[in-house]
Amino acid sequence: MKPFAYVRAGSLAEAADAYASHPGARYLGGGTNLVDLMKLGVEEPTALIDVTRLPMDGVTELPDGSLRVGALVRNSDLAAHPRVRERCPALSQALLAGASGQLRNAATTGGNLLQRTRCPYFQDVSKPCNKREPGSGCGALAGVHRDHAVLGHSEHCVATHPSDMAVALAALDAQVELYGLAGVRRVPAAEFHRLPGDHPERDTVVEPGELVTAVLLPAATAGMPSAYRKARDRASYAFALASVAAVLKVSDGVVAHAGIAFGGLAHRPWRARRAEEALLGVAPTESAFERAVDIELEQARPLRDNAYKVPLARGLAVDVLGRLARDGEEA
Amino acid sequence: MGSEHEPAHGAGAPPSHRSETTLRVNGKPHTLAVDHRRVLLDLLREDLDLTGAKKGCDHGQCGACTVLVDGRRINSCLLLAVAADGCDVTTVEGLSGDGEEPHPLQRAFLERDAFQCGYCTPGQICSAVGAIAEAEAGHPSHVTDVRAVPGPVPLGREEIRERLSGNLCRCGAYPRIVDAVEDVIR
Repeated sequence: MKPFAYVRAGSLAEAADAYASHPGARYLGGGTNLVDLMKLGVEEPTALIDVTRLPMDGVTELPDGSLRVGALVRNSDLAAHPRVRERCPALSQALLAGASGQLRNAATTGGNLLQRTRCPYFQDVSKPCNKREPGSGCGALAGVHRDHAVLGHSEHCVATHPSDMAVALAALDAQVELYGLAGVRRVPAAEFHRLPGDHPERDTVVEPGELVTAVLLPAATAGMPSAYRKARDRASYAFALASVAAVLKVSDGVVAHAGIAFGGLAHRPWRARRAEEALLGVAPTESAFERAVDIELEQARPLRDNAYKVPLARGLAVDVLGRLARDGEEA
Repeated sequence: MGSEHEPAHGAGAPPSHRSETTLRVNGKPHTLAVDHRRVLLDLLREDLDLTGAKKGCDHGQCGACTVLVDGRRINSCLLLAVAADGCDVTTVEGLSGDGEEPHPLQRAFLERDAFQCGYCTPGQICSAVGAIAEAEAGHPSHVTDVRAVPGPVPLGREEIRERLSGNLCRCGAYPRIVDAVEDVIR
């Protein structure tokens, strides 16, 4: 690991200033991904700006009924928060399906969103990777890509985003709050991450120096039946092969609201807008769910060795939607 | 690349790459000029000679380095020591307080023969201490119904297995590790 400067920020402005005055700096949160990438030589920051002492570790209810989650709220605390469990169980379930108890105690809400892909070519500096080193090629495209993308990938990158939490946030219509020297802005969680296109080195829409300060969980989806389900190679402590987060509201026997997002299939949480559209105003039957999910997954372009992901994701989504429809009836 | 190749304390690192850091470890304060690259695990083992926490994978995947920071279990291989400035650290050496009587989990691991080579054991025990406290504080796990009314979570075998999944045991002592944890919470 190369030597680096360490700055402990006392305020947001101080953090942004320190970033501006240290070219090649990175913000440090829980460090569970960044420190690992530094050990691997993938990240070589000249300075770490520690933002963990900033007052962004609270969960507060806003006057408009939304829930504001500070960027420094640890994953374990967010999953356990009574208001989160009550309003959006899918978010608690997604957080608890990720990593281990130790990692969830350290990892922050902001850092979870900003974690990098676990593509083995990205993590191995001896291999080509357009995300790590633009122009060097994609080792996974014709290499080991069983865990990689089936939707929205490009010839430059077939990596997937590893977060479970972000998939639930996308389905719940959450927003991400960003702070920069130019001011504060909000981005829908479903549009926070990018598709790789010609620039796989850019995971998100965050501009250099901007800092994630909060995630906002809207009042609109609070209390609607929601759930997260994940398929992985072992029962615990593994990244998703495919996962789904869904929010479903049924009124007068028809679907009044559907929010569906897939994990493990793309460079970002894949919001299934086509499936959602197909469900609106339709009776929540298994065949309606199958038809809607098929409309979404028609766009899938599997690689040589990961076609299994399409029927896997289909099964997960149809199962979760069916369960939510039954929960809605009982409620 | 591997932290084992780095100089102790940061001797050799220029002053701009070191910071005075104070940690309370097992109740005792320590102030060191820490190389920013030093992770807590290396500081404990190399600088303080507390070799209970083990270096397994060094990437947060095996849990052998688990210690308690401000009462919460974390992977000490992924926590930069400088970032833990001011924190209270408890390692397996400090679990029993005065050191005269072993911690109930240490005793249970001995009684249940919950290990073979023993390399993962300090991490397993620190992780179990943290996991029991989390369940008492009402933290759910992947196998808890998060829609249930929040409150302390009773730890059956399935809960124990899930909550300790961040600690690998290559000898495969898992069934007895679960037995030992069950003995303590009963």
